Amino acid sequence: MIGASRAERNKTYIFTEITTGAHVRGNDREQGWAALMRAGNAGDAAAYQQLLRELTPVLRAAARRGLSAGGYAAMDAEDVVQETLLAIHLKRQTWDSQSPFSPWLWAIVRHKTIDVLRRRGRRLHVPIEDFADVLGSDEAEPSMLVEDIDRHLKSLPDRQRDVVRIIAVDGASIGEAAERLSMSAGAVRVALHRGLAALAAKFKMSEA
Amino acid sequence: MKTENLIQALAVDAGTPPAPLGRTVSAWLLPGMVVAIGIYVAGLGLRPHLLSLGADDPRIFFKIGLMGLLVCLAGLLTLRLARPGAELRGISLALMIVPALLLLGIGLELVAVPQADWGRRMIGHNAMFCLRSIPLLALAPFCALLVALRDGAPSHPALAGAAAGLFAGAIGAMLYATHCPDDSPFFVAAWYSIGIAIMTAAGALIGARLLRW
Repeated sequence: MIGASRAERNKTYIFTEITTGAHVRGNDREQGWAALMRAGNAGDAAAYQQLLRELTPVLRAAARRGLSAGGYAAMDAEDVVQETLLAIHLKRQTWDSQSPFSPWLWAIVRHKTIDVLRRRGRRLHVPIEDFADVLGSDEAEPSMLVEDIDRHLKSLPDRQRDVVRIIAVDGASIGEAAERLSMSAGAVRVALHRGLAALAAKFKMSEA
Repeated sequence: MKTENLIQALAVDAGTPPAPLGRTVSAWLLPGMVVAIGIYVAGLGLRPHLLSLGADDPRIFFKIGLMGLLVCLAGLLTLRLARPGAELRGISLALMIVPALLLLGIGLELVAVPQADWGRRMIGHNAMFCLRSIPLLALAPFCALLVALRDGAPSHPALAGAAAGLFAGAIGAMLYATHCPDDSPFFVAAWYSIGIAIMTAAGALIGARLLRW
């Protein structure tokens, strides 16, 4: 890494480890993800949703390892997972469909994790040994609600918040959301995209 | 909101496909180039008898061609740096061709021109005009590139900004090369490089802030 501090290089090392692990586990997975991403970037929402679902446990494991390597409790890893998913989504146009998918994915994961660790830099942290059992546990989504995203969602402009909430939580389609909010489908699409971009920005601003 | 809810929203948003990064960069660069060419036509203009002069003196097309090569390579580098995890080694090595060719040109010039003329060839006719013109011509493409790169995801924002500055500086230099009456590789090495370096440094400074994501 160019101009990286020693601490950052250590973090990089951890991710190199994860990346290598992912590589060993399979070319098939890489091919599958690349195909789903290609379809997703062409507007295939179902393929894209499948991709994100497959990525999430991997991101969760990476977030836990990243947080614990940085000396933080792995308990709030889900915030990092959500922030990373938003980054993958909002930067999906930067993946060159001719290139392998994994290096792109891991560069984003590494960037976001380092970003989170840097933002939390001044916070007191709990030694990682206390959370060894958390690290060893399975990577299912924690049942508790994740705080950050809901707090950020509340601070969005009304329209964007309503659209994001109806689509995310109620599972509404663009058309259903348009009908419920008396908006045009185009306006719902724009509000959804802006709302998601604003959410990512709120994550970025928080704890700065 | 649970992660599965977020994924639901992201998938619905994915129904509107994003413009590929390359297309976004082109879409911004095009008006930037129009402005730069407008400034060129209004303030500088094509050098009289460029083609016939070029037929007699290989330095002219060497200078223009070298800047053209730099435009292409710096453009590729900029796009690579805007993509997370992109392979950089090949393009970085390819970029070294430009200074290598310039050194070769300088070597030939050292042989071709008597030592007494070296200083005069390096200082040229109007070095200060060159120093002003390259950044001036580069400015609009530079701004356009920085805006377009906000859509990118550079792992190293300062480096991506520097590449954008190099790219824009090379565009300015290539335009300027078709106006400038100084053709010696000495002049190119001394003054063009300063003009391009100014843009590169500006790109690094601005990129470090503007291109964070």
